[in-house]
Amino acid sequence: MSSPETFEAMPVDPVEMRKARAIKREKIGRWLLPLIVVVLTIVGWDRMVVINEIPHYIIPRPGRVLQALIEDWSLLIGSLGTTLTITFSALAIAIIGGVGIAVLFAQSKWIEMSFFPYAVILQVTPIIVIAPLIFIYVDSKFAGLLICAWIVAFFPILSNTTLGLNSADHNLRDMMKLYGASRWQTLRFLRLPAALPFFLGGLKIAGGLSLIGAIVAEFVAGTGGIGSGLAFRILEASYRLNIPRMFAAIILISLTGVLIFMFMTFLSWLFLHKWHESAIKRES
Amino acid sequence: MGDKALLSIQQIGKTFSNGTVALQGMSMDIEQGSFVSLLGPSGCGKSTVLKIIAGLGNLTTGRVEWPTAQVDHLGRPDHEISFVFQEPTLMQWATVFENVWLPLRLKGASRRNAKDQVEEALDMVGLKDFATSYPRELSGGMKMRVSIARALVTRPKLLLMDEPFAALDEITRFKLNNDLLHLWEKFNWTVIFVTHSVFESAYLSSRIVVMAARPGRVVADIDVPAPYPRGEDFRTSNDYNRYCREASDALHSAMQAGDHL
Repeated sequence: MSSPETFEAMPVDPVEMRKARAIKREKIGRWLLPLIVVVLTIVGWDRMVVINEIPHYIIPRPGRVLQALIEDWSLLIGSLGTTLTITFSALAIAIIGGVGIAVLFAQSKWIEMSFFPYAVILQVTPIIVIAPLIFIYVDSKFAGLLICAWIVAFFPILSNTTLGLNSADHNLRDMMKLYGASRWQTLRFLRLPAALPFFLGGLKIAGGLSLIGAIVAEFVAGTGGIGSGLAFRILEASYRLNIPRMFAAIILISLTGVLIFMFMTFLSWLFLHKWHESAIKRES
Repeated sequence: MGDKALLSIQQIGKTFSNGTVALQGMSMDIEQGSFVSLLGPSGCGKSTVLKIIAGLGNLTTGRVEWPTAQVDHLGRPDHEISFVFQEPTLMQWATVFENVWLPLRLKGASRRNAKDQVEEALDMVGLKDFATSYPRELSGGMKMRVSIARALVTRPKLLLMDEPFAALDEITRFKLNNDLLHLWEKFNWTVIFVTHSVFESAYLSSRIVVMAARPGRVVADIDVPAPYPRGEDFRTSNDYNRYCREASDALHSAMQAGDHL
């Protein structure tokens, strides 16, 4: 050390130490607490069934659901595949459609004013009442399911991306103009990156909605045709009073939804953690 | 119009649709290589003048001429103009390098082709080691330096600055004032600098144009013939005080004139 002065060792600030310990506790708690609650719920569920002597064809014990999950695994995993195919196809089209239409809207206020109400109407009309019509008009069951899931999923992407594209800094827009940037350059270098956090927020919602859309559409489509998704399994099991299998299918759907959400959250972090306020960890 | 005028503003006026007269019959010539401050109370149209010169706003009356340049069909000169905003106005999602690269990128320069010029510009503002940083990692003063580097990277003939240092603390502002002056002396651009600080305008400029509000117009044109380079000696000199006094008086009468209207 070339420092001419030597400093006395400073005592460690007790308040800061307490803060550090609190942060450490919070980190552990974030995983541990939900885990404990889940375990308690399952134990409570089991005890409730046993104590009240509820028959298994009304509420099965958790063990029985697990058993159904294992025994019907090959059946359920196939159905999950079908549901996931529809979910992700619909999400992909929702992304392309939502971003595409948002870019179109951003190019012209007139187009936005003319067509945005349609997007709203599609969004606010419950899919369950449109779906029967769609299955009357569309021959392919797969296409029908896709359309239903798409209608539900595309709106959050469209509305968030539109908001994002319009929220690019005004001075930066002026600067683009000053340097003679083309419409395409302004979109590519300024408006699309500015819209990214908004788009990712929309994607997080749309991911869950596309799963819900796919399941609801499967319910409407009913048991005829190719129907072999998870919703079809639930319907089928309910007709046969196979309650454990219903529970197993529901658990699979919920887990899928949670995984989709976690993946979207990770995607958000991946794209934003270097620069966006929402994804930055603070020191103090 | 002088021989060396880079641009000549003639009787420009700007009225907004709500009837507000932002500018009325304003004329001035800007000499090549001069450092001109536009000083005035808020709402006097200083920023509007800057935007009009940059081609970012249209005129109601009058015109802007570029005696020494070829102009295109929009009346813009064929040489580079750069703009530094009051806020650093950086792209948050891009690194310092990418932010400074932007003006060249818009003209089609690849990263490799732009590299030398970008690094030179970053070097000028003393941020060579921060090329890969993101704006959020920098202090307010450093962000402003990036903004200046981005303005310099195209080697502009005219640099327009809209209260660039107004949001910074005084120590940082003094430092940036000095750095800006060094760069200006070295490269001999023309600078038009909008400010509401009498002291800043007197320290930096070779000429102070004082404006009044409602309607925005020129009320005083003060020469500051003190020699460059200017430094801390100048900041504490009698000459400096005199120029400040003169600008301050002009500003006061400008504000009174504005109030009467």
